[in-house]
Amino acid sequence: MANIGLYIELKDGTFKKSNRELLSLARKGGHAVHAVVFCADVQPYLGEMQGVQSVVQVSGADLAYQPERYARTLARVIDEFKLEAFLGIYSAQGKDLFPRLAALLKAGLVSDCLAVDLEKRQAVKPVYSGKLLAEYQVEGERALFTVRPNVIPVEPAAGGTPQVRTMALDGGEPKARIVEIIQSASQKVDLTEAEIIVSGGRAMKARENFAVLEDLAQVLNAGVGASRAAVDAGFATSDMQVGQTGKVVNPKLYIACGISGAIQHFVGMKTSKVIVAVNKDPEAPIFKKADYGIVGDLFTIVPLLKEEIKKTLG
Amino acid sequence: MNIYVCIKQVPDTEASILVKDGRSINEANVKWIVSPYDEYAIEEALKLKEKLPGSKVTAVCLGPDRAQNALRTALAMGADAAVHIECAALLDAHNTARALAHVIGADREFGVIFLGRQAIDDDASQVHLLLAGELSLPAATNVLAFACDGQKVRIEREIGEGAREVIEMAVPCVVAAAKGLNTPRYASMMGIMKAKKIEIRKVPLAETGADEARNLVRLLKLSSPAEKPQGRVIPGEPAAVVQELVKRLREEAKVL
Repeated sequence: MANIGLYIELKDGTFKKSNRELLSLARKGGHAVHAVVFCADVQPYLGEMQGVQSVVQVSGADLAYQPERYARTLARVIDEFKLEAFLGIYSAQGKDLFPRLAALLKAGLVSDCLAVDLEKRQAVKPVYSGKLLAEYQVEGERALFTVRPNVIPVEPAAGGTPQVRTMALDGGEPKARIVEIIQSASQKVDLTEAEIIVSGGRAMKARENFAVLEDLAQVLNAGVGASRAAVDAGFATSDMQVGQTGKVVNPKLYIACGISGAIQHFVGMKTSKVIVAVNKDPEAPIFKKADYGIVGDLFTIVPLLKEEIKKTLG
Repeated sequence: MNIYVCIKQVPDTEASILVKDGRSINEANVKWIVSPYDEYAIEEALKLKEKLPGSKVTAVCLGPDRAQNALRTALAMGADAAVHIECAALLDAHNTARALAHVIGADREFGVIFLGRQAIDDDASQVHLLLAGELSLPAATNVLAFACDGQKVRIEREIGEGAREVIEMAVPCVVAAAKGLNTPRYASMMGIMKAKKIEIRKVPLAETGADEARNLVRLLKLSSPAEKPQGRVIPGEPAAVVQELVKRLREEAKVL
């Protein structure tokens, strides 16, 4: 048995669903689990965290995310609670926060884990964009891990109500300060944590044609992605790129429209539970990698698909 | 300003990667490139140099002998100097950051240090922030927009859902580039010729304090992931095909 800590991520006050994956992972093996939440009132989230030993509520006058303050606070929690392993989500925030924590603690970090053995402090993560898997051993007093979203099976919260403890947010002045958050005009779904993604490739032909995919995405509450070819041609923005030099995504359903299926793209989405390919070219390599394929023009198929799904989902 | 850019040499994005002996990859037929995110870092370093007269860009690369080719690429693009930290060992992110910090920290007047947000081989995405830790510098990662007047830096970084964080910090600092920050230039013929004449400074790993024995993260094993079974194309007319697909997604795959 070990003392395990979790960084619970809130997004505008909502409990991110990937937190449940962390909790499910940590509850296994009978460890003493301590969940750290930065918020003014932890009560609304306690139901989600049944079965953990304690919840550490970090409070302060200004709880807005400042990575240096957050990292210093977490380092203190890890010290005080003698946590031997500490886990977070491999999210935009996790990618920013955990390496800083690793620097402060001089601790080994394995990022983007698909599996973690807390007993042995070993983890498996994709390398070479998922072309290979690497198994790592963390040495030293403490081990840090960030876990890829949508990988760990979620088990319902069960067990006793955790004990709530409080900790003050580090008040030090950050050297790099977040001065503003610019929200996107359209509320996009975050691709790295999306459950469904609709993606377009070179065959989209023009930027405005992505509206066809956005219509389908709206019905599915999906994110919209793009291949490198579509981004390089100027049809899509670089934050939409899925692939080796873009985002690595892991949804339950990935619908690739007019994407040939170059390895560059494939490695960014291959762990999707189900891949659907729509392409005019029956020889497109994407069909070898898709679970379901439709040979046809995406501009015919995608609107039909949208109507059919709308009908089915009511 | 003494501008630094840290780069890594990695296999080409199109390369098939096969495991050789459980802990390394088969390097035969692998084409080596500068990690794509590091190219954005080089470009931003060169743009900053052009903006601030009297600046100098030094590229630093840790790796075996072949890593010198990555440095030649940076020089051909316009970097003024190059440092090769000679290392055939497999270092973890802490050790790599330690070696880079040793080289850059020796220059009392270093300014902005650019890196890519991750190298596309181990995909660890840690060295930039660990380097900032080693040198006690402010840092920002996943950077899509960069501005610097010589003393202060203002960046924008992507944080998902299309939102961006705006961060301000003072020079010296660490900036890790994302795709979209800029369009890296191609090396000109003149640049390539000039690059050949620049001597690459070599630093033995042992001088930097980095040591494989100090790795906190140790690679145990590399393996190829299980391949997905090949899928099926649903035949028929568009309307019927779409109906069948939705049915299978609901009943067979259970993802709708």
